[in-house]
Amino acid sequence: MKRVSIPYKIFTVFNYIVCVALALSCVLPLVNLFAVSFSAKAVVEAGGVGLWPRGFNADAYGYIFSTAQFWNSLKVSVLKTVLGTLITLILTICLAYPLSRKKGALRGRSVYMAVIIFCMLFSGGLVPTYLLVANTLNMKNTLWALILPGGVQIFSAVIMMNFFRQLPGEIEEAAHVDGADHFRSLFLIVLPCSLPIIATVVLFAFVGNWNSWFDGLIYMTQPEMYPLQTFLQQYLKEPPGFSIGLVYKELSEDSMAAANIFIIMVPLIAIYPFLQKYFIKGIVLGSVKG
Amino acid sequence: MENGLTISNDVTVKTAPQTRKRRKSALSGNVWQLHALLLLPMAFLVLFNLVPIAGLRMAFLESYNYRLGIWGSPWGGLTQFRYMFTVLPEFWTVFRNTLVIAVAKLVFGFPVPIAVALLLNEMRSKKTKKAIQTAIYLPYFISWVVMGGILKNIFQANGFFDRFLGVFGYTPSTLWLQSNSSFVPILVVSEIWKGFGFGTIIYLAALTGVDPNLYEAAEIDGANRVKQTLHITLPAMMPVVILNLILNLGGILNAGFEQIFVLYSQKVYDTADIIDTYVYRLTFGQGTNYPLGTAIGLFKSVIAFILIGGTNLVLVKKTDYRIF
Repeated sequence: MKRVSIPYKIFTVFNYIVCVALALSCVLPLVNLFAVSFSAKAVVEAGGVGLWPRGFNADAYGYIFSTAQFWNSLKVSVLKTVLGTLITLILTICLAYPLSRKKGALRGRSVYMAVIIFCMLFSGGLVPTYLLVANTLNMKNTLWALILPGGVQIFSAVIMMNFFRQLPGEIEEAAHVDGADHFRSLFLIVLPCSLPIIATVVLFAFVGNWNSWFDGLIYMTQPEMYPLQTFLQQYLKEPPGFSIGLVYKELSEDSMAAANIFIIMVPLIAIYPFLQKYFIKGIVLGSVKG
Repeated sequence: MENGLTISNDVTVKTAPQTRKRRKSALSGNVWQLHALLLLPMAFLVLFNLVPIAGLRMAFLESYNYRLGIWGSPWGGLTQFRYMFTVLPEFWTVFRNTLVIAVAKLVFGFPVPIAVALLLNEMRSKKTKKAIQTAIYLPYFISWVVMGGILKNIFQANGFFDRFLGVFGYTPSTLWLQSNSSFVPILVVSEIWKGFGFGTIIYLAALTGVDPNLYEAAEIDGANRVKQTLHITLPAMMPVVILNLILNLGGILNAGFEQIFVLYSQKVYDTADIIDTYVYRLTFGQGTNYPLGTAIGLFKSVIAFILIGGTNLVLVKKTDYRIF
């Protein structure tokens, strides 16, 4: 039998209160956002919206869905996220697998690693990268400017490499004895065993692509090519409240902003529970140094 | 085991010398496949990471001529650096701001995930723990644009924060995000709020590795939970804590560009303008002074490079850990 002292009981109560409060602080602002986005102007401006919409009003969404800008930006965001995630996943696997092979298996490994580490530590910075992408490669106002420069994610490659290393080597060795080459071993043995790390890399690439906005701001000169996040950033900087208010009299500026923000979070909230199962395992196993 | 032979010893013993040789060459003959896989990601790194480094010639130009490009514009040696260190009044302001903000974030933010991990570790109910973890990891995945929108809403005049203070009978008239005294604290707190949950992952992982027998033995010896935490749990976390701290020191000049960019305004330039936001305004905002912007960016990159390289050297010498 375990003795539980009175101070420890008090601590446990305190502990639950603190942790639950922290958890609520992370979730409630988002719930409030949802409520504000669906509430009537009078209630919002009086500050009376809590965690549930009051004076239900979906005009904000009606307005957003009626603009061509939203659909353009959505298209850019979706294409960029899907293509960008796919490219990053492929590049990460191509980078991580050869480097995860046993010592001596890959001649020149140290040269590859030196390049990777150098790229991780040092960069040309904002202006040279911008001039390369925008002028030399002429990618201004194209999707490629948003996808290709961040294609290789070194951090993802490193955790994937570490993950591959801690996989039990016996199955692969057996396959090699049976004549499997590196490609077969990668596709038939290593990748099917690597669901947690693939999910982790996909999650980070997805979130990174969906969330990025600065690249949209500098590489896109036409607003219709802005991804949603860049569009939102511009919107929040200077809300065009007045013109909207003339048509939608029951719509507050706060509701408009909240609806814009909420729409952007929907894909993240949708994939989060699925990927959350894996990413902790992926990060933890990937952080183990071989 | 050279030439990439991954066959284990007992197998090689059993096979006849000739087949062994054949198999060995079969796999080492496939090494080209590994190089082929590396070709594409390496091409990306060279193009998007190394080529821009060559473009750093920009920092040493007298001035940039769009028509002549980086390679044709007149060479100016250290002109930009001399100007930036001795003449440019904003430079030392943004350098100081960068350090102040980054250090404040590190000092106040670093202990938070450790403390929360310790608290979560004391939770008996697996379900509650899981639910809390799910909630506190969430803000990490939300962009600074969205966070900026939420924060602007909270701190606007008569927003949530003002009404919250009103409950205590305090009616402020400050615009929190436009006041130099409150802007940096808001940066620090919101940064902690966004990242503390995600930060616990690595510490919690370190704690799952602790042998439960240690706690039992300590209990038999009469150690209470506080003593157990001090003498078992904390020492178990220490290597990760130190590693994390050193990694953070390396990034000390990253004060959080995206966060500040979405929140700041001219009124708080005195305290909130950092190297990155200043470079952005120099090159994309008010002007297009590419050489000067590049020079300031290069200055920051070099310091970061020295810091990370230096901390890695210390790590290699003093501990088993290394970043690479």
